[in-house]
Amino acid sequence: MSALIEIRNLSKVYERGRQRIEVLHHIDLEVAQGDFVALMGPSGSGKTTLLNLIGGLDSPTDGKIAVAGKRIDRLGQGQLARWRAGHVGFVFQFYNLLPMLSAQRNVELPLLLTKLPGARRRQNAAVALQLVGLADRATHKPGELSGGQQQRVAIARAIVSDPTLLVCDEPTGDLDRQSATDVLTLLQQLNRDHGKTIVMVTHDPKAAEYASHILHLDKGTLVESAEAAA
Amino acid sequence: MKYLHLIWASLARHKARTFFTLLSVVAAFLLFGLLDSVNGAFSQAGHSVRDAHRLITTSKMGLTFTLPLSLYSQIRAVPGVEAVTHMSWFGGYYRDPKNFFSNFAVASNYFDLYPEFKLPPAELRAYEDTRMGAVVGAALARRFHWTVGDEIPLKASIFPQKSGSGTWTFDLVGIYRDSTHKGQENQMFFHWKYFDEAAAFGNGRVGWYVEQIAHPSQSARIARAIDALSANSGHETLTQTSSAFAADMVSQFADIGLIVRSIMGAVFFTLILLTGNTMTQAVRERIPELGILKTLGFSNRGVLSLVLAESVMVLLLGGVAGMALAAAAVSLIQAKYGASVPMLPVGVSEWLRSVGLMALIGLAVGALPARRGMRLRVVDALAGR
Ligand SMILES: Nc1ncnc2c1ncn2[C@@H]1O[C@H](COP(=O)(O)OP(=O)(O)OP(=O)(O)O)[C@@H](O)[C@H]1O
Ligand SMILES: [Mg+2]
Repeated sequence: MSALIEIRNLSKVYERGRQRIEVLHHIDLEVAQGDFVALMGPSGSGKTTLLNLIGGLDSPTDGKIAVAGKRIDRLGQGQLARWRAGHVGFVFQFYNLLPMLSAQRNVELPLLLTKLPGARRRQNAAVALQLVGLADRATHKPGELSGGQQQRVAIARAIVSDPTLLVCDEPTGDLDRQSATDVLTLLQQLNRDHGKTIVMVTHDPKAAEYASHILHLDKGTLVESAEAAA
Repeated sequence: MKYLHLIWASLARHKARTFFTLLSVVAAFLLFGLLDSVNGAFSQAGHSVRDAHRLITTSKMGLTFTLPLSLYSQIRAVPGVEAVTHMSWFGGYYRDPKNFFSNFAVASNYFDLYPEFKLPPAELRAYEDTRMGAVVGAALARRFHWTVGDEIPLKASIFPQKSGSGTWTFDLVGIYRDSTHKGQENQMFFHWKYFDEAAAFGNGRVGWYVEQIAHPSQSARIARAIDALSANSGHETLTQTSSAFAADMVSQFADIGLIVRSIMGAVFFTLILLTGNTMTQAVRERIPELGILKTLGFSNRGVLSLVLAESVMVLLLGGVAGMALAAAAVSLIQAKYGASVPMLPVGVSEWLRSVGLMALIGLAVGALPARRGMRLRVVDALAGR
């Protein structure tokens, strides 16, 4: 399998006034197309920072990131936004749904940026909701759904525009065991059956077991990669 | 338009807050609509303002009763009266009684007191020099296809000539215009002197007097003084402002426009502070949501537009409702009190102006919060920073 994500000598430095915080140091990493990678590490080690760089939410201080052959480290804010809309799906710990919109409308959001007509947008959103098993909750607002259901709506939103890459930042961090299992099973299914490449940050070793690779980040450096117990 | 539901959703988020914000916008534009209508009436109608500077003295018994010419010099001497003229209803018709129009025998200084009737200077001079000269309004001239130089025979319905003839002939020497009140262009004026010399009866009497006064605020005092001249005589008079209401208004509010602008300035200033504050608060609460939109690929400009659209939407919703209320109120007031209340109906140009104002205020109010939303960095928003 070819590398979907190719990271070379990646550094990220935050400057706060005079203070210079180097969060990531010279990271080299490749993630293969169709891989499911779990990213673990202590709090503050830079996991979210790395994930945000991979997802094109932020730009590195130094180094190179290519996703599907596209250099995203050099893109400006506007270009990055457009790139994200077409290539990445995001899942966060706290679901990040818009509370005033129904599940259906939330899932439809990324499609607003496409040229798809309204009927087509609704249809695609419905299919995505069906895929996560929430077709019957389409008209519910986030407040009317459980945490696990909200996270599944968020996953539907992440896949609705059919991106190759899903980045997930502690997707089960706020869920009970059963809901976490549902969400992880869903992610695994998306990886296996739909070929989505997934990078997932997690603190939970049980969650990491669903991944095919585990990476460890410590103080901004990748320390060792271990094959997940198959 | 596909983003409309996003805008609705954020407005619906705090229904009470949106309601009260809307209410303040409605109130502001209701006030704007009403004041604009009053202001329009005053600024358009220089006529009403002039009317406030004119008094009319009629016989107490009614318009059809005449007054002696001897009153002229007495009225002229009343303090506060700047000029006096007089008019007499002639009641002639052209060819056929159904061709009715207003025609008056007037004093030679009549046009001095009605400067809104615009007569070319040469025609005015010709009128002054022609004993049988007459001046007609442009609309009347059009109606009967009259041009300067025509001889106009009027049949007298009241006053035959001494000679016994029922037809009076006039030389048309001038055509006047009144650009603000086209309805005033349907009249004919000629010399009272000619009328008085030739009429079989009614000589030495006039229909009513018109006085020009310097200060509308003195109109009541001057009117009493004029009426006192004829007290207990056989020709008691009644002196009134030609538009009592306008006189009151104008004398109290010398510069309606300035007052209106000041009030509206204060109202809109308050409105901008109020809605600006609300919008800022609303956007601050929604920072995480704006961050989500950006995460999903909404551009900075897209987020800017959404926030601006939201505040413009509030202004438009409230503003249009306010203007509609104002329009309804104006037509109600006019239906009830008629033309005595100086208000212009809310028309297309008032609507356009107010909608422009709504958009402008909406943009002004939304500008800062929108800029904040635009500058928001996704990673900061996601981390709650
Ligand atoms: N915008 C920023 N400005 C300054 N410092 C930052 C910024 N973002 C992150 N950091 C710092 O970078 C370090 C790594 O942060 P990051 O969020 O990547 O950690 P993490 O591994 O995701 O931790 P956690 O497991 O708690 O989520 C932290 O010390 C954090 O304080
Ligand atoms: Mg983190």
